[in-house]
Amino acid sequence: MTAAAVETQEQPVVLREPVAKKIVRFLSRTPVYLIIAFLGVLWLVPTLGLFFTSVLDPSVIGREGWWEVLSKPSQATFDNYREIFDNEAITTSIWTTLWIALGGTILPIFVASLAAYAFAWLEFPGRDWLFLVVVALLVVPIQMALIPIFSLYNDLGLFDTVLGLVLFHTAFGLPFAIFLLRNFFIGIPRDLLEAARIDGASELRIFFRLILPLGLPAIASLAIFQFLWVWNDLLVALTFGRDTQPITVAIFSQMRQFSANIELIAPAAFISLAIPLVVFFAFQRYFVQGLLAGSVK
Amino acid sequence: MSVDAQTAEASPAGPPPEAYKGSLWERYGVTAVFLAPALIFLTVWIVYPTLSTIRRSFYDRDGSSFIGFDNYETLFTDDTLFTAIRNNFLWILIVPAFVTAIGLVFAVLLERVRFSTAFKVAVFMPMAISLFAAGVIWRLMYEKDPAQGTVNAGIAVVKDAVTPSGVLSNARPSTDALQGGPKGGLELKDAIQPGEVAQLGLTAIRESEVPEGAEQAVVPEPLAGGITGVVWRDFKPGGGTPGRLEQGELGLPGVTVELRDDGGSQVAETKTEPNGTFRFEDVEPGTYRAAIGPETFQTPYAGVSWLGAGLILPSIMIAYIWVWAGFSMVVIAAGLAAIPRDLLEAARTDGANEWQVFRRITIPLLAPVLTVVFITMLIYVLKVFDIVIAIAPGSVQDDANVIALAMWRTSFGGVNDFGLGAAIAVFLFLLVIPVLAINIRRFRREV
Repeated sequence: MTAAAVETQEQPVVLREPVAKKIVRFLSRTPVYLIIAFLGVLWLVPTLGLFFTSVLDPSVIGREGWWEVLSKPSQATFDNYREIFDNEAITTSIWTTLWIALGGTILPIFVASLAAYAFAWLEFPGRDWLFLVVVALLVVPIQMALIPIFSLYNDLGLFDTVLGLVLFHTAFGLPFAIFLLRNFFIGIPRDLLEAARIDGASELRIFFRLILPLGLPAIASLAIFQFLWVWNDLLVALTFGRDTQPITVAIFSQMRQFSANIELIAPAAFISLAIPLVVFFAFQRYFVQGLLAGSVK
Repeated sequence: MSVDAQTAEASPAGPPPEAYKGSLWERYGVTAVFLAPALIFLTVWIVYPTLSTIRRSFYDRDGSSFIGFDNYETLFTDDTLFTAIRNNFLWILIVPAFVTAIGLVFAVLLERVRFSTAFKVAVFMPMAISLFAAGVIWRLMYEKDPAQGTVNAGIAVVKDAVTPSGVLSNARPSTDALQGGPKGGLELKDAIQPGEVAQLGLTAIRESEVPEGAEQAVVPEPLAGGITGVVWRDFKPGGGTPGRLEQGELGLPGVTVELRDDGGSQVAETKTEPNGTFRFEDVEPGTYRAAIGPETFQTPYAGVSWLGAGLILPSIMIAYIWVWAGFSMVVIAAGLAAIPRDLLEAARTDGANEWQVFRRITIPLLAPVLTVVFITMLIYVLKVFDIVIAIAPGSVQDDANVIALAMWRTSFGGVNDFGLGAAIAVFLFLLVIPVLAINIRRFRREV
């Protein structure tokens, strides 16, 4: 740049980079590109490893590594996946996971939106204190609830049921959801609400017709997080279920004979992570957005 | 997402409850409808259990007798539990720092390139799969057998390039002419001189162990000014004379032959051909000894035991860092992007070099973001469970134990001591509170 400034004042200053500078810049950029490429591939290797292991012929597993598949494509087979879908335990667990995840997403979001609206736009004594208490509940780790709820569920007959798991996930999803949604709802312009109230709309009507639609971005973000969280859960399902098994538990029970069961575990694990992956790729933007909003679960 | 705290505190509200004395229901009924479901859930599933667990921790395993702080004492005296606490301590010392640092490095690298999306996705993707699935993935990666475990396979590649494994696993001399064993090499007793032929016969080699491509052994012609010879499997089924190269006996290819001088130090080295012959050319006049080098018997790489008691902790931590680096990178990258360019330009114009700019301006401005990442990781690491139970095989669970896992194992995993389990849960709670309090206070300040 200084070279250009030296040019005579009469001529218009044309800033053209000398070739040498371009080369230097390229050289100093390339190593970075190379490093990044290398790191990126490195990060993908573990997941790729799982995928290729899942397509290995069972007779080959244990003798050759999955990377051999790349050079000998004939050893790849989707038979393992076919076997999985014949395995009732696994197929049932996929459905179970779906019910639990859907329930554990829709219910908490609905309940949280109701409460969040109250905290944002309804007046009542002690409102802000109560909100603080609710948010403070974020502190409580799941472990604190496991033992009492275990007994409670046994007494109520909720042990080993999808409903039991859904309710548990709902409760623990609430503090964060209420916090997030209330902060979002507060941003809704007061005039909109006032106008609706003046028009005589009931609070419930305002909620369904105005708040929910306006809150959709935040709700979408939250829904994705919650869905993934519940889909990927192991601890809760392990504690409160026995025969009701989401896929995480189903895989876990196979892992006792890990070496013997790889042809079952690998494809099952890949399926169990394929759904979150799809959700992730489809909703990347919301995922990252939600993260930056300061997620602490 | 607009968060306007000021407006919030200044009471945004619907119309205040009407001045006339309506019934409580009329005034707050609607509010109750909105709040009730959430409050019921929170009370039944969080508030009540918290109090119940605290109380339970002071009772014995089936809840019948009050034992005060005994359970808490066990927490620190029992070996398994203490290991869990110690491990968590190591986790919080190591992992949050690493995750933050790696995220920072990645974010900085990313800033310098365009088309960074592919990289971001690759590094961030592990966050989408569960920690349990990540555990399964890495359990596979850590398999000891280099034929199965990716990590050991990678190491084997490097190791083989440096010290390739030998063609034979074991062998013995077939006659007295050869002395020694696989460890130090097998040396010909009699010295030889240039122009002579050395014969090294080996036995105790199973037919299946003969290296591939072996051909009928031959005794080579002597070479003027050089030394030639043959290494062969001196074994003729049904008879034959040891020490004599006979028809039907195979040469051993790929064997490392050393030429040693009188002092015993190596002068030259070569490998045998498919028919077992070797040659050293241009040998100085003098006496030498021919020997089969120990590299011939180099054992193939057996693999590091990543899942063994010694390495299991770092192994799990590596897997965990692999998962969370993406989170750290994305958040820090956002923080980096928020730094105003003019500040950096001004510093550069003032004469600061890149490193100074980074250290004196970028890092301090990034401090809040780095703190968020660090504290978030602290909280998660305290509660780590899924990945540990996925990666650690049953035999090393005690060595890899962490508080959350210990709580589960104590309550539901066989020990079934609810009192002790409750105490562990309360302990975890007490650990988490201060960290979360810091986080929440920061949220309140920003919000």
